[in-house]
Amino acid sequence: MRSNAAQYDLIAPGTLEAVLEILAHSPGRYTPIAGGTELMVALGAGHLEPRKLISLWGLDELRFIETAPNAVVIGAGSTFTDIRRHTLLAREFPLLAEAASWTGGIANQNRGTLGGNIVNASPAADSPPALLVYEALVTLISARGERTIPYRDFHLGYKKTVLAPDEILHRITLLRNMQGYKQYIRKVGTRNAQAISKTALAAIARANQGIIEDIRIAAASLREIPTRLPATEHALIGNLITPETIAAARAALIAESKPIDDIRSTARYRASVAANLLEEFLLTL
Amino acid sequence: MNITFTINGEEKTVEAPPMKRLLDVLREDLHLSGTKEGCGEGECGACAVIVNGDLVNSCLIPVLQVEGTQITTIEGLAIDQRLHPIQQCFLEEGGAQCGICTPGMILATHHLLQKYPRPTLLQIQEGLSGNLCRCTGYSRIFEAVKTAANVTPVP
Amino acid sequence: MEERRQIVGQSPPRKEGAAKVTGRAQYVDDLTLPGMWYGATVRSTIPRGRIVSIAFDPAIPWHEFTIVSAADIPGENTIIHLTRDQPCLASTRVNHAAEPILLLAHPNRSALPAAVAAVQITYEELPAVFTIEDSESQKEIIWGEGETANIFKTFLLQKNQQPIPEEVWQVADFIVEGEYRTGAQEQLYIENNGVIAEYSAEDGVIVRGSMQCPYYVVEALEHVFNLPAEKCRVIQTETGGAFGGKEDFPSVIGSHAALLAMKSGHPVKLCYDRAEDMAATTKRHPSRTRIRTAVSRDGKLLAGEIDFVIDGGAYVTLSPVVLSRGTIHAPGPYNWPYLTVHAKAIATNIPPHGAFRGFGAPQSIFAIERHMDKIARTIGLTPEELRRRNFLSTGDYTATGQLLSDRVDLDRLLTRALKESNYEAKRAQFAKENPHSPIKRGIGLASFFHGAGFTGSGERRLASVVTIELTPTGQPRILVSSTEFGQGTNTILCQIAAETLHLPYDDVLIARPDTALVPNSGPTVASRTAMVVGKLVERAAQKLLDTLIHSGHLPESFTAEDFRRAAMLYLAQHGELRVTIEYEPATKIFWDDERFSGDAYPAYAWAVYVAEVAVDTASYTAQVTNFHAVQEVGRVLNPTLATGQIEGGIAQAIGYALYEKCLWQNGTLANNQMTNYIIPTSADVPPMHVFFEETPSPHGAFGAKGIGELPIDGPAPAILNAIEQATGIAFNQVPLLPEDIYERMTDESAQTDAVVLSPAEAAV
Repeated sequence: MRSNAAQYDLIAPGTLEAVLEILAHSPGRYTPIAGGTELMVALGAGHLEPRKLISLWGLDELRFIETAPNAVVIGAGSTFTDIRRHTLLAREFPLLAEAASWTGGIANQNRGTLGGNIVNASPAADSPPALLVYEALVTLISARGERTIPYRDFHLGYKKTVLAPDEILHRITLLRNMQGYKQYIRKVGTRNAQAISKTALAAIARANQGIIEDIRIAAASLREIPTRLPATEHALIGNLITPETIAAARAALIAESKPIDDIRSTARYRASVAANLLEEFLLTL
Repeated sequence: MNITFTINGEEKTVEAPPMKRLLDVLREDLHLSGTKEGCGEGECGACAVIVNGDLVNSCLIPVLQVEGTQITTIEGLAIDQRLHPIQQCFLEEGGAQCGICTPGMILATHHLLQKYPRPTLLQIQEGLSGNLCRCTGYSRIFEAVKTAANVTPVP
Repeated sequence: MEERRQIVGQSPPRKEGAAKVTGRAQYVDDLTLPGMWYGATVRSTIPRGRIVSIAFDPAIPWHEFTIVSAADIPGENTIIHLTRDQPCLASTRVNHAAEPILLLAHPNRSALPAAVAAVQITYEELPAVFTIEDSESQKEIIWGEGETANIFKTFLLQKNQQPIPEEVWQVADFIVEGEYRTGAQEQLYIENNGVIAEYSAEDGVIVRGSMQCPYYVVEALEHVFNLPAEKCRVIQTETGGAFGGKEDFPSVIGSHAALLAMKSGHPVKLCYDRAEDMAATTKRHPSRTRIRTAVSRDGKLLAGEIDFVIDGGAYVTLSPVVLSRGTIHAPGPYNWPYLTVHAKAIATNIPPHGAFRGFGAPQSIFAIERHMDKIARTIGLTPEELRRRNFLSTGDYTATGQLLSDRVDLDRLLTRALKESNYEAKRAQFAKENPHSPIKRGIGLASFFHGAGFTGSGERRLASVVTIELTPTGQPRILVSSTEFGQGTNTILCQIAAETLHLPYDDVLIARPDTALVPNSGPTVASRTAMVVGKLVERAAQKLLDTLIHSGHLPESFTAEDFRRAAMLYLAQHGELRVTIEYEPATKIFWDDERFSGDAYPAYAWAVYVAEVAVDTASYTAQVTNFHAVQEVGRVLNPTLATGQIEGGIAQAIGYALYEKCLWQNGTLANNQMTNYIIPTSADVPPMHVFFEETPSPHGAFGAKGIGELPIDGPAPAILNAIEQATGIAFNQVPLLPEDIYERMTDESAQTDAVVLSPAEAAV
C-alpha cells in the first residue's frame, strides 16, 4: 500500500442532487468514485493524484435498469453483476451481458459499474465495443440539466471524454431494435478469466440471401479510443459474403486500425486477431 | 471519521480516514487478520469478503462505502467453534496447502454455493476465477467445492 | 495384540489445516510486536553504475526516521550464500535495478512510501548487460575478471571422463542439432516476502518471518552482525507459499530488518508489497541449451554434446548449484554411450536469480525432451518409440556414472501414460481432424526424472540432525528445521513418527521451526524432506520407542494410553527424553566434485507426462485441455498431499510454458503486477489425472523419494511437443505466447528447423 489514506478525502453526500451541487460548486475539485475497481488500484500503487473524491456508490438514482417498450435504460451505477442478472437485457443485448461477464472475476463484477467502465475511457475496456454496435446513447447530467449524445461521440481521444468538470454519466440507453440481427462478440485476453483485453471485437449484422444489408463493427485496443470500424463496414454493406469480400474487409480493418505495442501484446498481433475475429463472424452469416 | 457497520453479526464503529481500504480497517482497526493482502490490485482475491451478500475485494473498497452494511469475513463463517461445511471439506480434500489464498477462496465458494447450490465444474471454475492459488493447481479445490455442494442442503 | 496402525499411505488432514481454513493461521504480516516500527527499502533505479550522491528532500521530517546504510553494518557487508559477492546494502556501486541501498524505519507504516520517494540518489551510469549473448561477448565485464569474467561457474560433465571420439560423428546415420531457450519465472507465492526483526545488545538478533530455511538466515545474520550463531535466533512463521523464492532471499530481507531493529531500538516489520517483491526478489534462471546428437538409423543415441548456459543475474547466489542440477538432468533419463555437457552460469545486470522449484532441471529437461521429439521426427520414429529404445533401466549407468541399482522401469511408466491418456487414438484423431478445423489439437509427451536430496556428498556435508522429545504431558514432539509452506512437511513427518511409534496421528506434535529450539535438519529444498528428513524422523522415533520399551515401562504391544503412561513414568524418573539422530546415508554414495562423476543423488523419481493442447487459429492461443501424469516416487506417504503437489507443479509448469513472461525494460521488471504477470486461474487449468507407482527406496522414510520438484520438470516440453503436433511448427522457447505463435504461423517464408546432415557434412 503505497499511499497514505489519511491524505485523501472522500465525501458521500447521499443523493444525486447533492452530488451534482457539489460538482457544480467546485468543478474539478472532487473526482467521482463509484465501485472503486479502477481508482483504488491507483491508490494502492501510490498513483492516485486526485486527493478529494466524491462517492457515487450506493446512489439509487444511478443504479437501476428500466425497460420501456422501445428501450432499455441502464443507470451508470449499475454493476456488471446487475447487468448479467437482468434477464431481458441478457436476452436482447447479449453482447453487453457477455462483456460484463469478462470484466474481472465475480468480486470485481460485483463492484465495477458500467458508468465507471465508460468514463475511465480505456481503449481496452470491455463494454464499449458492445455499446458502440448497439448505438447506445449516453446521458450526461449536471446541476445545469442533462444532455444526451450518441456514445459514439463520447470519446475525444486517449482517456479524454466530453464530460465537463461538473458532469457525471447518468444513464445509458439501448434501443430495442435488434430483431433480425445476428450478434457476435469475442475478447482475446491474456488468459481465460480475469484478463486484460489484447483486443476484442463486437459485431451485429443483418444478412439476406448472403448479402449484408447492415453491419456494425466495433473493437477494443485497435485505436486510442474504443471505436467503430466504418471503413470495414463500408467494405461489407450491400455485398455478398464471398472470400473476396472477406479479404477486402480484413484489409480494410487492418488499414483503419492503429494498435500499439505495449507490455501486454503487439500491434501486429492485435490487428491480425481482430481481422480473424471479423472473419469468424462473417463466416456465420 | 466514524464509520459504522455490522461485521460477522456484531455492530462496530471505527474511526478511520474515509479512503482507508476496507482491507486495512479489517486487519488494523478490527484485528481481523484472516483477510489477507496478496496483491493490492484486486487480482488475487486473497482479500475477498462478503458485503451485503456480495463477494468483493476489500483492497478496492474505501471504508466509507461500507457504512451501514453487513460484512462477513472468514472469521464469521465457523458456527460456534464448529467448522462450516465448506471449511471441513477444504480440510478433508486438500483444498488448502499454504493457506494464504484459503480465506478468500472459502468465501468465494460460500458465495458461489449460495448462487448455485449444485454447481457444474464450469460454474465452479468461473466462480473461483478471481481467486488465484499458486500451490494447488485448483484440482483439490474443485473437489472440495463439489463435496461441500453435496453436503449443502438445497433451499 | 494391538493392530498396527496404518497412517503412512493414508491422508489425515494437514496438521495446521484447521487454522488455515478458519483464517486463524498467523502469517508474518498478521503479527505485531509491542513498540514495533515498519521498514522500507530504497533501491537503485539503474541497472549498473556508481552511486554519486544521496540527498534527503527536506520536506520529510527525517528526524522521525531511522536510516540505515552500508556504513551501519557491524560485520561484513555481504549476504552469504556460496560467495561474498553480493552486498547486504550497496555502498558505491550498483549492479542491478532494485538493488537495496538504504533502509528506512518509522513507527507509522503509511509514512514510508513518501519517504522512500524523497531519497534522491544520483548515479554515474555504466553500460549494462542483459542477455546471455551480451554477457558471453564480454564487451562489458560486469563480474569477475580474466578466466571468470562474467562467468559465475562452469562444469564439465563427461561420461566416463571421455570426450566424444570423432568417429562417432562420422559414422552416425543422423546428426541432429537444436537450440532451446527458457525464460525467467517469478515464484509468485501469494504471500509476499516479509519478516519482523528484533535486536538487543545482550541477546542479539531475533528474526521471524516467511521462509524455507531458518538456518540459512542464521548464517547470514552471523556474517552481517559478526555474532555467533547462538545470538542469531530465527523463527519461521506460517508461510504462504515459497517454491524456492524464500530459500535464499530471506537472508537479504532478514538482514535488512535486523539492521533497522538494531539502529532504531525497536522491533521492525519489513514486508514487501507485490510490486516490490516482483521487482526485487529472485526468479528462475533463464537458460539457453544447444544440443548436438549422433543417432543411428534404428534410433539409438550414440553421442550427445550439450551446451547449457544459465543467466544468474547480477550476483552468484545459488547459481553454481542450479547449474549443477541442471547439468545432471540435462541428458534426460536415457542411455548415452558418450555424453558431454559444457555448463556455464553467467552474469547479467538483472536482479539476481535464485532458487525456484526444479532448480535448473526444468530448464535442461525442456531442452532434451524437445530435442528427443526432433530426433524422432528426423529419423522417422514416433516420439514414444525413440524413447523406449534409449531409456535407462535397472542396472544401467547414468551419464555421471551412477549405477541404477534400484528398480527403474520407464518403459512401464510410458506404457501406462500412453494407455491412461489414450495417446495413440488421440494422436490419430487429431491428425485426421486438424486440417478441417480452426482449432488445432495435439498430444505430446515428456519422460524425465528428478534426483531427490542434495547432490553427491551434499547430504553428508549438511549432516542433518533431527530430535524427537517427550513433552511434559508425555506426547512425542518432533523438532526439525524443516518448514511447512503448503507442501505438507508438518503432516508427513507426524505421519512417519506416528506410524513408527504405533500412535494415533493426532497424538504426535511438531514444533514451530525456531532455531533456539530445533536442530538443523537442513534446508527445506531439493525434494529432500520426505526422503532425508523423513528417514531421520523414522529413525529417531524408533529409538524413542526402543528407549521406552527398554526402560521397562512400555510393553512390546501397547495402546496409546499405555504409551502416555509409560512416557510420564519415564519423565518422572529421568526428567526428559530427547532422542537426536544425525544423517547417515543408507548406502555408500560416491561423488567426485572435481570430475563431476559418481552418485549424483541417493534416489530418483521417474515420470512420463502427457499433455493435450488446443491451438486456436483465430487468436493463436494455446491451451492445455487435458493432462496425464504418471510417476514412480518410492512410497506415497499421503495420497491427498502427494496428488496436490503434482497438480500444483503441473499448473506452475503450464504457467512457465504458456503464460508467464518476465519483461525487463532497461533491467527493470516492467510487468511487476499480477494484472500483467499472468498465472493460470481456475478457468485456465485442464483436468489433471495423476497416477503413482511405488518402488520403495532404501533411503527414504517408509521407502519415500522426493516429489516436490518432479512435477514442474515435465509439462513444458510435453506441451510444446503437443503444440508441434497441433500446428506442425517446432517451437523451442518458453514462455510461448500467442504473439509468438502468431509470428511463426503467419510467416510463410519460415525456415524449417530440422538440420539433417549427412555424416560427411557433419564432420567437425
